[in-house]
Amino acid sequence: MDVLSSGDTAWMLVSTALVLLMTVPGVALFYGGLTKKANVLNTMFMSLIAFSITSIIWVLYGYQFAFGADMLGGIIGNPANLLFSGIGVDQLSGTIPETVFIAFQLTFAAITVALISGAVVERMKFSSWMVFVIAWVSLVYVPIAHWVWGGGFLSALGALDFAGGTVVHINCGVAALALAILLGSRKEAKLLPHNLGYSVIGAALLWFGWFGFNAGSALAANGLAGQAFINTNTATAAAMISWVIIDYVKTGKPTVLGAITGAVAGLVAITPAAGFVTVQGAIIIGLVTSVISYLSISYLKPKFGYDDALDVFGVHGMSGLWGALATGLFAAPFINESAGLFYGNPEQLLIQIIAIVVVFVYSFVVTLIIGKIIDMVMGLRVEEKEEIEGLDISLHEETGYRI
Amino acid sequence: MKEIVAIIRPNKLDEVKDALEEIGCHGVTVTEVKGRGRQLGITESYRGSDYRIDMLPKTRLEIVVEDEDLENVIKTIVETAQTGDIGDGKIFISPVEDVVRIRTGERGGEAV
Repeated sequence: MDVLSSGDTAWMLVSTALVLLMTVPGVALFYGGLTKKANVLNTMFMSLIAFSITSIIWVLYGYQFAFGADMLGGIIGNPANLLFSGIGVDQLSGTIPETVFIAFQLTFAAITVALISGAVVERMKFSSWMVFVIAWVSLVYVPIAHWVWGGGFLSALGALDFAGGTVVHINCGVAALALAILLGSRKEAKLLPHNLGYSVIGAALLWFGWFGFNAGSALAANGLAGQAFINTNTATAAAMISWVIIDYVKTGKPTVLGAITGAVAGLVAITPAAGFVTVQGAIIIGLVTSVISYLSISYLKPKFGYDDALDVFGVHGMSGLWGALATGLFAAPFINESAGLFYGNPEQLLIQIIAIVVVFVYSFVVTLIIGKIIDMVMGLRVEEKEEIEGLDISLHEETGYRI
Repeated sequence: MKEIVAIIRPNKLDEVKDALEEIGCHGVTVTEVKGRGRQLGITESYRGSDYRIDMLPKTRLEIVVEDEDLENVIKTIVETAQTGDIGDGKIFISPVEDVVRIRTGERGGEAV
């Protein structure tokens, strides 16, 4: 019989609000600062509206399909409580109220889809983005969340994902790549931040909020939450230092954008591993991840020519991939009863690879299909003259700066 | 009468303004402008990609002076705005046909 813990409940309420802070305003500021001056509002708006739309979907049917009792052989949950019916105020999920668990999971779904916007900014129709958010959360996020966290076939297989390496980061990174390919390149495909200070604030809010994301994923105020907390901070710091060193080696000068990009890459990489690895493992995960994301941005992107505008695939997709693999390498049995390759369990690495491939392929293919259908029905891309004029004026009749 | 148009570094504006005031040259119009000179701008680097920023922010001063004050004003601007590095700017001098003070209708040297 579950008993409510007021300590756990308090921590999970705070964690939920912390994760909200990552999207509104974290991602909005992080992305908003990186775009052109004439697109700052549109870029921020994409994150804001994604959060609102996902919030409604989640309480009406998203949570129910993702976390309902497993059916159809691990594919989807049984939506017993559609439209939030029958979820009592005192109903528990473990040691916390189910309402708190629902709200916590809601913030994960919302940030995942908001992150995708970074790849498609400065050229996507806002109306099409809203339709995309509805379709993508329903058809991509919800099933994958069920497979990994809701008792679906990947969790039955034993895939480890503490806070969302596959569900959130590989998923959003791959979807971002698919949608960017469908949209094509911007007319001026440059990364010239119009206000890097916004991005520093955004990255700082992401770092702060990520403690709710990772340590909150312990779903309790306990030792495991503490371990996830210190791992998160350690890997992030290591990844920032690592990216700064790469900057020094490649160009001779450290950059602020490099430092905050490294920090986000570190946060992403430690996400699946936060509650499974040691602090020593977290340092290695952080140091390596910046190298992987840097190479992806500097070599893969130009080689294949896709316009992933703000490097969502490069940072979230690739660092998420590394983090999910690294969980299969560094998981220590004395942290959370799961062992990786380095603790004598090579099978875990194989399971991680299966989970990565399944999520990668499903997210890429279904995102392509959703995007293609929206393109045929209403068009994905703005008119050329709207793109040149800037989306703030042409789509919203507003401007970010009257100075 | 001559018009002096000086393109200087934005961070030199206060120094130049104060120095001009000291030699009794009070009237000046200032605009924030962008432009480039012979060095064609500077390079900025974001996530490993280099971009040439070829329009740099500068400050443009417009000053109209009597002929006999011209050299002193030029000398003052050059001395205070100079750093010796690329990007210090330029001064352009041209003749002015007439000047009108709108408040009183005075013309010529009286109106400067």
